Amino acid sequence: MMQLIWNGLIVGSFYALVALGYSMVYGIIKLLNFAHGDIYMLGAFVGFFTLSAFGISNETSIPLLLVVLLLSMVTTGLIGVGIERIAYRPLRRSPRLAVLITAIGVSFTLEYGVRQIFGPNPEAFPIRLESSGFDVLGMRVTASQIVLVVIAAVLMLVLAHIVERTRQGRAMRAIALDPTGAQLMGVNVDRVIAMVFFIGSALAGAAGVMAGAYYGSIDFLMGFIIGLKAFTAAVIGGIGNLYGAMLGGVLLGMLESFGSAWFGGEWRDVFAFGFLILFLTLKPTGLLGARVVERM
Amino acid sequence: MVRDLDHALKHVSLRAPAPRFERPRPPRGVFTSQQGFMRALGVGAVLLVAVLPFMDASRYTMSIATSALIYVMLCMGLNVVVGYAGLLDLGYIAFFAVGAYISGIFTTVLGWPMWAALIATIVACVTAGIIIGAPTLRLRSDYLAIVTLGFGEIIRITANNLKITGGPSGIHGIPTWSFGPWSFDDGFNLFGIDFPERVVFYYFVAAVVIVVGVIGAGRLAKGRLGRAWKAVRDDEDAAEAMGINTYIAKISAYIIGAVWAGMAGQLMATHLSAISPNSFQFLYSALILMAVVLGGMGSTPGVIIGALFVSLAPELLRDFAEWRYLIFGVLLVVVMLFRPSGLWPATAVLPWLRRTRPTPPAFTEATAVPASVMESVDGTPTTDAHEGDRA
Repeated sequence: MMQLIWNGLIVGSFYALVALGYSMVYGIIKLLNFAHGDIYMLGAFVGFFTLSAFGISNETSIPLLLVVLLLSMVTTGLIGVGIERIAYRPLRRSPRLAVLITAIGVSFTLEYGVRQIFGPNPEAFPIRLESSGFDVLGMRVTASQIVLVVIAAVLMLVLAHIVERTRQGRAMRAIALDPTGAQLMGVNVDRVIAMVFFIGSALAGAAGVMAGAYYGSIDFLMGFIIGLKAFTAAVIGGIGNLYGAMLGGVLLGMLESFGSAWFGGEWRDVFAFGFLILFLTLKPTGLLGARVVERM
Repeated sequence: MVRDLDHALKHVSLRAPAPRFERPRPPRGVFTSQQGFMRALGVGAVLLVAVLPFMDASRYTMSIATSALIYVMLCMGLNVVVGYAGLLDLGYIAFFAVGAYISGIFTTVLGWPMWAALIATIVACVTAGIIIGAPTLRLRSDYLAIVTLGFGEIIRITANNLKITGGPSGIHGIPTWSFGPWSFDDGFNLFGIDFPERVVFYYFVAAVVIVVGVIGAGRLAKGRLGRAWKAVRDDEDAAEAMGINTYIAKISAYIIGAVWAGMAGQLMATHLSAISPNSFQFLYSALILMAVVLGGMGSTPGVIIGALFVSLAPELLRDFAEWRYLIFGVLLVVVMLFRPSGLWPATAVLPWLRRTRPTPPAFTEATAVPASVMESVDGTPTTDAHEGDRA
């Protein structure tokens, strides 16, 4: 029982990190960034590439993981900004369908670009976390799992600080409320949106590296399912709401953990998507989302 | 003053003037009208499809031609959903899977003949369309996209996990079409030409279904329902204000898309005689979407070209096969950025029929209101400056 909760918490913290980026981008420009899951995959591959370039493999050091994490975050953040600049910004005033299709194109490009570079087979992530652990409250916990959860928590706290306490964060919230109004008040909308993409992509990249270290193997399609699940998490929590994304991520992690324990692991994804559909049908604003009035 | 006005109006005719140019008759003929040309093109395409097996009936050609036709069917169905009704469906392959699995299960497990399975397929697809569409079509368009994506995965994973669908290895030995004692495996002799290969029969069955499917979808789009779809696509609120039941319009587009995909799925199941969950990955939903977008959303010739490109390019260009998904991804972005209406836009006009708006007749002395009239109407003499402004 406790074990299920703990496992759910770890997976849920990955979901939450990816969901944050989804939710931020959606909150600010109402765009479903389908490529977001693939940024997560890119994060893992950036980590893999740097470590392989230095000839490191089967390492267990946690400081090294942190360095790689930081590096991946910066790289994926910049990639996210580049994607926004090339693919999304020119279409900001087009019909929604056009941007959605573009986002799928970007997702495809990232996935199969990585496939062409690294090959279709899964790669072993060079940092492996040691599996020795200790028993607390009837659940098996390893030190590295705690590190992962702590990293995720710290990143979320930093994000919450940025959004709620800084000037840039205020600009983000202003744009989410009313882009034109924010622009009239002197907010540099393009720059703030680029920054949102940077932060969101960096978080996804961090989740990618952490997942690589946690699961041990990475492949070019790893972002697809997690993108879908992170969206589910964002919807469960209330899309556009940061704490909602965090809550939704952890909740989804737990639901899956229990769901696969009760129904069998092969139904895990069905369970998660079933929840997505249930939530969208019954409560599209999610648990913490405010009621949104469509403006025409 | 009043007498002046009367005097002035004497020059103004109260009758509508006779048309300056005779109203042109709507052109007919193959090369002089858009409609005629498109019809001729359609007839030509049907003839080409019908003649192909007589030119090259090798197993390989027939096989890829059948696959290409099935792609055309799928793309026409998705075109109804995405192109006409403007609903982004990212799990479209799920209906293809439903069609393939239903026909596979009914013919192998229950032993139904293929024509009965076809009816079952259609019923199942309508049901699936309602089940998936009813709760989700009230959502915003981008939620719909991701929910359909989720449904696509659910169907695939379910097919992978259930026993009746054969699990990961799928269903084998799906029988061919049979009518009473005679089935496609027996071969046939028509006008002295022997059709020993059942592949050729599938090709013909596929061809007939697809021709009907393409024409049907095209004609639906021109009717009342089709106009409702396009109105909903262009502006849902305005469409609703005009009295269109947008929910019914959307769900009917969804159901028609589902039926088209289901029939394509059944054709695929009999064509390959084996199906497995791997054929129904998200990848294929994206490929079909790619074909529709590339060709031109809402444009029948465009979608057919897109479908043929997506299905035949990897066969014809072997080097391309390795890179195709990357290229498709980049193409999707590039097309959306620079040519969002696709290769053959739905509003395309043949280049030689393209006309600019007729230029209004030039301002000449003859058309000008006589200077004396102007003078008397506003009571001031017209000046040269006035004339200069108007010219």
